[in-house]
Amino acid sequence: MSAHGALQLTRTHARYQFTETVRIPIAVIGTSLFPALSLLFFVVPQPFAQDPVAATAAASQLALFAVMSVCLFTYGVGVAEDRALPWDGYLRTLPVGSGPRLVGRLLNGLGFVLLGLLPVALIAWLLTAATLPPSRLAFTAGALLLAGTPLFALGITIGYSLSTKAALAAAQSLLLPLAFGGGLFLPPETFPSWLDDFSTWLPTRAGRDLLVSATTGETLPGTAPVVLLGWTLLFGVLAVQAYRRDEGRRFR
Amino acid sequence: MEIVARTIGATRRYGEVAAVDSVSLDVPAGQLLGLLGPNGAGKTTLLQLLAGLRRPTSGTVELFGGDPRNADSRRRLGCTPQETGLPPTLRVHEVVDFVARHFPDPVPTSELLEQFGLGGSDRRQTGGLSGGQKRRLTVALAFVGRPELVLLDEPTTGLDVDARHALWAAVRRYHQGGGTVVLTSHYLEEVEALAERVVVLDRGRIRIDGPLDDVRSLVASRRVRVRAAVLPELTGVERGSRAGDRHELWTADSDALVRQLVRAQVPFRDLEVSTATLEEAFLVLTATPAVVSP
Repeated sequence: MSAHGALQLTRTHARYQFTETVRIPIAVIGTSLFPALSLLFFVVPQPFAQDPVAATAAASQLALFAVMSVCLFTYGVGVAEDRALPWDGYLRTLPVGSGPRLVGRLLNGLGFVLLGLLPVALIAWLLTAATLPPSRLAFTAGALLLAGTPLFALGITIGYSLSTKAALAAAQSLLLPLAFGGGLFLPPETFPSWLDDFSTWLPTRAGRDLLVSATTGETLPGTAPVVLLGWTLLFGVLAVQAYRRDEGRRFR
Repeated sequence: MEIVARTIGATRRYGEVAAVDSVSLDVPAGQLLGLLGPNGAGKTTLLQLLAGLRRPTSGTVELFGGDPRNADSRRRLGCTPQETGLPPTLRVHEVVDFVARHFPDPVPTSELLEQFGLGGSDRRQTGGLSGGQKRRLTVALAFVGRPELVLLDEPTTGLDVDARHALWAAVRRYHQGGGTVVLTSHYLEEVEALAERVVVLDRGRIRIDGPLDDVRSLVASRRVRVRAAVLPELTGVERGSRAGDRHELWTADSDALVRQLVRAQVPFRDLEVSTATLEEAFLVLTATPAVVSP
């Protein structure tokens, strides 16, 4: 397949998936609204919302949470749902490799991440003391991308190795522990020391530290890049394996 | 003649069960091949192997000389989704346009929809189509890319008689234009109406492979029941059973059998001739591993 053809097919698949998703608007609103509402109800009324560093950190944490819910639900549960449909089997008979389909899916997810981030950024900017100088924008985008990669791979692993029901259960039981444990709801400074120690090894904590360091300029703990890289490699290998093994729905 | 699809000793296992069991099959260009067999015979799995949806556990599967799991090998292939699994929120023309973008020279969407009797439905969401319309759309999708080989998995299941005949006409048109078709069905009638060559699968193995007429004579598709104290020597009986004075005879030609009965002038009563279901017909076949070479 020529590079041009692959590019065109990627666009075709991204657009197709986007159209399909936005036709059920509640799915879009659901994932993008929760982080914004959390910010509005749990951060804005607090006194620390007027402290620039604390407010920026809180908004960053919820931004990463938005990324994680898209990864676990759009990729994890969404992929598992698609695989259960006969339509997915049909798509795999078309003359298109796995690349355009996967990248199309990735782009589509990125679109929803942006939809989720927009209200968070808007509320943080208008109603709290959070700041993000233009000089930090590129850092922040990069940090979000790096912090999101292992979560994306985790979502893909779940989506391609579990049935719809199992994927939904897995996504739900991972979402909140990873969010709380990683300090996405309450900042890690409030953790008891045992939880703080444990939290250090979670991908969400490492991602959170990276992101907060990018937005506020706080020093990055030395463990964060190592932990993040470790999880990225592990979930990356699992995701590739699950994706290669997949033959759609399994019949027995 | 070019072989467009081929399996060599292909086996596909699901756990302990071999859904397809060392099947070797050549599909030459331009042939209309009917794959026949009872439910669970391995028809769908065989098509899935040819379409690259599944990997053979052992053996080789080739599509246009390449590996069907490779996207380039599928460029001249047309498939149809099994069941009516269309994305419900998309409009008819969106689905066709989306599929068309995978092919260099697709049939224009309006022309294709017209051909399959979906002319006025292009703006409707597929979820709102009737069962028959969905089925027609799924079959139409196999022809979007002007394929050289089309795999149709039970294309007319759930269609009424008129719609079924319209679809048969479309398949025949495509075949007359030089297209190759592999079609599965569990309707004997459908394969009889369309296929030139028939392959009968049973429990994953090829039981019969030959021209339609040869296979038709092999399949004991008529069941003759009769009550008689004694029966004369009869030819053309594939299989028979007896309980008291009740005889049950399986034959490919019930007319000839009845004629013999009458000529023999033995007293009989309660003569009953019925068409066997496919499953019943296959009971005879599985007892005799008859393989006619094509």
